[in-house]
Amino acid sequence: MVGVPSRHKSIFLLAAVVLLQVLALAYQIKRDSEGRLLRVWSVGALSPFERAGSYGIGGVRGTWLHYFALQNTSRENEDLRHENDRLKLEVTQLRSRVAEAARLETLLNFREAHQQVPMLGARVIGASADSASRTIYLDRGEHDGVLKNMGVITPDGIVGKVIETFPAISQVLLLTDKDSGVGAMFAESRIQGPVAGLGEPLLDMKYVANDDQVAIGQRVVTSGLDRIFPRDLPVGSVVDIKPGNPFKVIRVQPAANLERLEEVIVLTTLQPLILKHDSPDAASGADTKSPAPPADAAKPPANKSSANLAATGKPKVSAANQ
Amino acid sequence: MNETYELRTPESHIEVHKFRPGAILITLIVIFFLQAFVPIYFHRLAILDLPLLITIYFGLSRRNPSTGLLLGMAIGIAQDSLSGPTVPIGLYGIAKTVIGYLASSIGARLDTEHPAARFALTVIFFGLHQGILVLERRILLAQPEVWFTIQLGIAALINALVGVLLFTLLDRLRKPS
Repeated sequence: MVGVPSRHKSIFLLAAVVLLQVLALAYQIKRDSEGRLLRVWSVGALSPFERAGSYGIGGVRGTWLHYFALQNTSRENEDLRHENDRLKLEVTQLRSRVAEAARLETLLNFREAHQQVPMLGARVIGASADSASRTIYLDRGEHDGVLKNMGVITPDGIVGKVIETFPAISQVLLLTDKDSGVGAMFAESRIQGPVAGLGEPLLDMKYVANDDQVAIGQRVVTSGLDRIFPRDLPVGSVVDIKPGNPFKVIRVQPAANLERLEEVIVLTTLQPLILKHDSPDAASGADTKSPAPPADAAKPPANKSSANLAATGKPKVSAANQ
Repeated sequence: MNETYELRTPESHIEVHKFRPGAILITLIVIFFLQAFVPIYFHRLAILDLPLLITIYFGLSRRNPSTGLLLGMAIGIAQDSLSGPTVPIGLYGIAKTVIGYLASSIGARLDTEHPAARFALTVIFFGLHQGILVLERRILLAQPEVWFTIQLGIAALINALVGVLLFTLLDRLRKPS
């Protein structure tokens, strides 16, 4: 035991007495927000060590995570890259599905608007391998009730007609093909004239006299005389007019985007169709100004049987096939 | 204990005083009584810190630091306990402990019998006591307290003047040497 010099005893005693009273003060004093002062002091005394420890542990952890654990980061990057690619593909697919849903919604709306017309939705699954012919293949065939000469349309306008059927698929001749044609007329003036394909994006409207008033932008609709398409379906709009001999040379831009078809509607009847808004007068063709040969006359049918079917107009597909 | 003896230092011979039995206790009781009741009737006398003056006096007279600080502590804690709930026990206790220790230490080295020395020392101790109180209030109690005002200076002078008179009276309680 180390002895304390007598002259220092009073100093130690002073320190001890003051310290005791300070502790007594600290025990008594209770601050509103922090509790007793003794606790405040304890926390205050420990907090620097806690803060230093926190910084120290945080530094070690940061060092570990940012340097030594980078091998996992590389793997995580690889996984994230793969996941990113997968998500991109998924986003693309979802966007495609959204667009498809929009198109199908349009088709559905069209179908609901023309419930009296038996129709069947079909998906374009292929195009012609021959660049000279403009045909497409549909995923619907004889098993679905699709027959030759049935009309194919979209909500924007007519597309063409079925020229060949197979059990599960069918081939459609587009309106722009050189062998294609449809009975048509101007929507406002009701002047009739068949529209035929030229093997190019634009169509040719025939047999319109030079005296007839035709303007750029006029709408061309089906006349229904071909017995394939009902009347007043959009065919296209006039984009070019030139005087000819003896008829005008009129170029028509197809209403349907024939270059980018994905879903179409097959009119599953060979009967002459009359849309709900057709009037008896319009159906009789009383307002036609210039007599024009029917589209089938302008373009002979692909084969005899289909021509007969078109002529007889016997319904082969019932509404139940829709 | 009741004898008078001399504390020998290289510079001088300083007398250590003893008091009559019970004198310190009775003095303390009277002082606290006065401290408690005089201001009720004489508001201006509230500036007097009689316990401090007693602490200084006995510290200077006994000239034993240990005794002085213990006596200061006892007086301070008593003052704390009599001051009400707003003053925690230990506030005056700490201040008077320090003052008792310093007074005893200085009394052991200087001749504090002269009234002028007593006056000066009382002013100094009063200021130091006030400084310790302010320090405690600021640090321990988180109470804003001014370090010095004119009133404090006047109070120091008045306390010193009263102290000189009081010390003369208390000298009569000493045992004759």
